[in-house]
Amino acid sequence: MHTIRANKHIWRKVKNVLVSATTFLSAILVIAPLALVFFHLLINGAGSVNWAFFTQLPKPVGVVGGGMANAIVGSLELLALGSVVGVPIGVLGGVYLAEYGSARANSILRFIADVLNGVPSITWGVVVYGLVVLRFKGFSAYAGGLALGLIMIPLILRTTEEVILLVPNGYREAALALGIARWKTIVHVVMKTASKGIITGILLALARIGGETAPLLFTAFGNRFWNHNLGEPIAALPLQVFTYAISPYDDWHRQAWAGALVLVVGIFCINVLVRILTRERKPAVV
Amino acid sequence: MVNLTMRSPDPIVLERRGETIEAATETEQVPLTFQIKDLSVWYGEKQAIESVTMDIPSNAVTSIIGPSGCGKSTFLRCLNRMHELVPRTRMEGKVLLLGKDLYSPDVDPAIVRRRVGMVFQKSNPFPTMSIGENVIIGLRLNGVRDQKFLNERLEKSLRMAALWDEVKDDLHKPGTSLSGGQQQRLCIARALAVEPEVVLMDEPCSALDPIATAKIEELIHELKTQYTIVIVTHNMQQAGRVSDYTAFFYLGKLVEFGPTSKIFTNPSERKTEDYITGRFG
Repeated sequence: MHTIRANKHIWRKVKNVLVSATTFLSAILVIAPLALVFFHLLINGAGSVNWAFFTQLPKPVGVVGGGMANAIVGSLELLALGSVVGVPIGVLGGVYLAEYGSARANSILRFIADVLNGVPSITWGVVVYGLVVLRFKGFSAYAGGLALGLIMIPLILRTTEEVILLVPNGYREAALALGIARWKTIVHVVMKTASKGIITGILLALARIGGETAPLLFTAFGNRFWNHNLGEPIAALPLQVFTYAISPYDDWHRQAWAGALVLVVGIFCINVLVRILTRERKPAVV
Repeated sequence: MVNLTMRSPDPIVLERRGETIEAATETEQVPLTFQIKDLSVWYGEKQAIESVTMDIPSNAVTSIIGPSGCGKSTFLRCLNRMHELVPRTRMEGKVLLLGKDLYSPDVDPAIVRRRVGMVFQKSNPFPTMSIGENVIIGLRLNGVRDQKFLNERLEKSLRMAALWDEVKDDLHKPGTSLSGGQQQRLCIARALAVEPEVVLMDEPCSALDPIATAKIEELIHELKTQYTIVIVTHNMQQAGRVSDYTAFFYLGKLVEFGPTSKIFTNPSERKTEDYITGRFG
């Protein structure tokens, strides 16, 4: 009798240790890739991140040196173009979902947005290729920006809707009770109260599309020189990394590592910014 | 003589500003701010208010009492068309503000709400705005640009809300930095800044301590010289202290309406007496 109970006790302890060890291991496995990627990028890329990388154009094949200045600027331009499409439509659509639409129409819209969020990004590239590139007979920054913007729309739409629904109803009522028009209430009171959350959603969408390569393959296409016309193909950091990484040249490989490092650090910075924005105290709930 | 209850056949003599005024409902000798006729309200299938008919006199405090769920707040919200914001509401009957039907198709609900201000149960100053901005936001968003005018109205509203002396050096601080009672007075100042004719208050003191409550009650007493005030309260002592008239609602119906002194000392209805003496509710 006594031994049986002791055994049971030991078995229970073993199970306890096993379960906590498994969960701990899983937690480590979550963090490990980020640490590994970052470490690897630092080792391989840090050496090539220098002044020339940020200021010079790519050198011709066989010439060592040069940089990705055009790709860095090109990425920023593409992000700006993407925001022009994605931010207004995403934010206004989110406002509609949270403030206006009927329950039934909203659940359909929400479902569609969630499906769109799951669409592989290369699909957006193909769609824009078909709609824009073929029609206007050429790759362009506009087409790349549009592809990125289309990816942003459902992301921003959902985050905007959620943060607007978090605004306590008391503020809406207080504003409406002052005889303030509905749209002014939404713009000046509700959206203002939710502004931090809306900006956070936009930043997260930018972080997401900043590293997108696939939708740019058939749209922005890439460019080894400065782009002076948004109707022409444009370079982008992820595209350049892709091109350089699959090339047979060692110097290009080094630059690809550097490009990947710059990209990861950039996205890391956006995420830190998001953390800072969301860390601040939320407004007192009514 | 004003037939305030519209249901009880007894004429009620109205005492205002120390003089006794005798008037009949049909004539307009006693200024009435609201005339409510056969008002019924439904939320979906559920009827919240059942053909309520009553008049609300001007420049007086009318309190609405009754147990939870009796339709007090719904009734109050019908007076400035705030109940329409709840989906699937339906109403019948008439609400006249100074003789004009609030629900006629040519009336803009935003204009109604400018004339009939509202203070809510929980103080709700806008968290993104300073104390000063909170007060003048109603004017600003209704198109007033004149900074001098806005500043004057800011001070005037805060003085009327008995808050000026406490906040005059902190107008730039966030409205949410004030204490609960100050926040509620800020909300009153915000409502007064658009110069309404009526102020509706939906349990304005239920989240406040007794000292803050006393300040608001004192304020209500002063405001009634310039405004018509309708206040919903759960606190019967408060109704007794601040109001000139009291309406008792039960299960969506108006049971009794009359001068507060009569309702509290000599109610005509058994239900009123039971509620006031604490036998139910």
